[in-house]
Amino acid sequence: MIPLSWYIILGAALFSIGIYGALARRNALAILMAIELMLNAVNLNLVAFWRYLTPNMVAGKVFALVVFTVAAAEAAVGLALIISIYRRRHTIAVEEIDMMKW
Amino acid sequence: MSIASFEPSTLLIVLPEILLLLLAGIILVVGLTSQRSGGLLLSWLTALGLTGILIVTLLFGRPGENEVLIFGGMLRHDWMAFSFKVLFLFVAAMTALLSADVEGVEDRGEYYALLVVATLGMSLMASSADMIMLFLAIETTSIPLYILAGFKKGDDKSTEAGLKYFLFGALTSAVMLYGFSLLYGFSGDTNIYRLSEAMHAGAVSPWLIGGMAVLVLVGFSFKISAVPFHFWAPDVYEGAPTPITAFISTASKAAGFAVLLRFMLAVFPAIEAEWVTLVAIMATVTMTVGNLLALPQTNIKRLLAYSSIAHAGYAMIGLVALSSFGTASVIFYLIGYVVTNIAAFAVVILFARSVGSDEIVDYAGLSRRSPGLALVLLVALLSLGGMPPLAGFVAKFYVFAAAVESGWIWLAFVGVLNAIIGLYYYMTVLKVVYLYRSEDEDKPIAIPRSYALVLVICVIAILAIGTLSAPWLDWSINSALSLF
Repeated sequence: MIPLSWYIILGAALFSIGIYGALARRNALAILMAIELMLNAVNLNLVAFWRYLTPNMVAGKVFALVVFTVAAAEAAVGLALIISIYRRRHTIAVEEIDMMKW
Repeated sequence: MSIASFEPSTLLIVLPEILLLLLAGIILVVGLTSQRSGGLLLSWLTALGLTGILIVTLLFGRPGENEVLIFGGMLRHDWMAFSFKVLFLFVAAMTALLSADVEGVEDRGEYYALLVVATLGMSLMASSADMIMLFLAIETTSIPLYILAGFKKGDDKSTEAGLKYFLFGALTSAVMLYGFSLLYGFSGDTNIYRLSEAMHAGAVSPWLIGGMAVLVLVGFSFKISAVPFHFWAPDVYEGAPTPITAFISTASKAAGFAVLLRFMLAVFPAIEAEWVTLVAIMATVTMTVGNLLALPQTNIKRLLAYSSIAHAGYAMIGLVALSSFGTASVIFYLIGYVVTNIAAFAVVILFARSVGSDEIVDYAGLSRRSPGLALVLLVALLSLGGMPPLAGFVAKFYVFAAAVESGWIWLAFVGVLNAIIGLYYYMTVLKVVYLYRSEDEDKPIAIPRSYALVLVICVIAILAIGTLSAPWLDWSINSALSLF
């Protein structure tokens, strides 16, 4: 069986890629995708911990399901906000969305 | 403390939440049927509904002697949750009254329904005792607030505010969630009150616990807009519809503090000294950055945004004290801050409604145009600045007293110095209001009935909390004791 640590390392790597993407990307959609990647890392962690450490407890599985659902809702709202700003400005590059500064 | 088995009477405990959900449904239906002119109707419907729920909560929601965990440990029924629920319902009712005729907001039914859903999320945030429930509650609060911040679809600033709020919120909540997943992995449990036992056993290295605490703190700092996760606040406050700004700066911040207090005190006793130092540093930086950046502001909403960042810093001092009195002082601070800030934003809303500007220079001559409104602004800003006999003074006094009592004298000192800087920029606004003249002095500012009601309630509350602080403090101490 694959040791647990591999999953955790994969999760950490995914999370780091996600956070790098969220901070370095300029396109709002790409940032949203990077955030989804971070949530996937969380899910991977949760499911791995559940399977290896507490297979008899339902909490870990339920947690992962809840994260799924919320991520979907969040993506829906995020895309709606991105569309609404695109209609006004015709751009979704975050450095151009800077009407308000300091 | 044990987990109560499910009985139908448990449903009575979540009655406020059930009623909030019902109210949201009713508002949606009424909003659909009353097309255009329904603004005022919906505003009063929401406000009265929320007031009704507030009364129901006060009558039936009172916790008993002992704290109980209900729904398999998902929620905790205690004084802390009860007090915050009452606070959120109050703020939401005030916000509903203030929203009666915000410009540029279409689909009013959805607007009020989202407001009620966000309140529902907050009241769950205050009572969650399980990481799953906590995450769900935080998102139930945040997602409607993202939409509300960007609700003025035809306004460039509002859409920008919505997007910025969303991107920051989603990013920080993902980081927090990663912390939650690690906490679950290292303790094998998701219940907040059992996590610490698993970690106390010494099985987990303090460095790891510290790392997880930092990850979780990122999410909470975003909710309370503490430095370095405050960047969203000024932009969102400026761009969002002003009643929503008031709501985010009061209720959402208080909800963040409710979670912060409960989670940090329950989960991380193993590394107490370390996280307290971290929070002390954050409080110092938050106060200082908030106040210094507020100084050059020319827009009143941005000024209040930076001031609200600074106030998060003051409130954090109470948490650093790490005593039941310290926690009580945080709760007391939030009560005082919430009523004061709503009064301040109510004036901003009324002024913008008549004059159409949020710039501080345009406030010149306000004392002649509307003496009453100027007086409310005077009371609110002096209370924010911490002048006796107003709520803000007593609140700051208790927070600093708690810090001194626990030996954090330097922190209390920094707090007092910051309060002086704060007073300076509040006074600058008041100077414009009272001493400067303008050409429009003969044009009065209209104050509709619902707004007048909010102003009166808030001013009375500011004075009452400032002069008769004992009952409020008792209440806060009661709430704080349920965490220790």
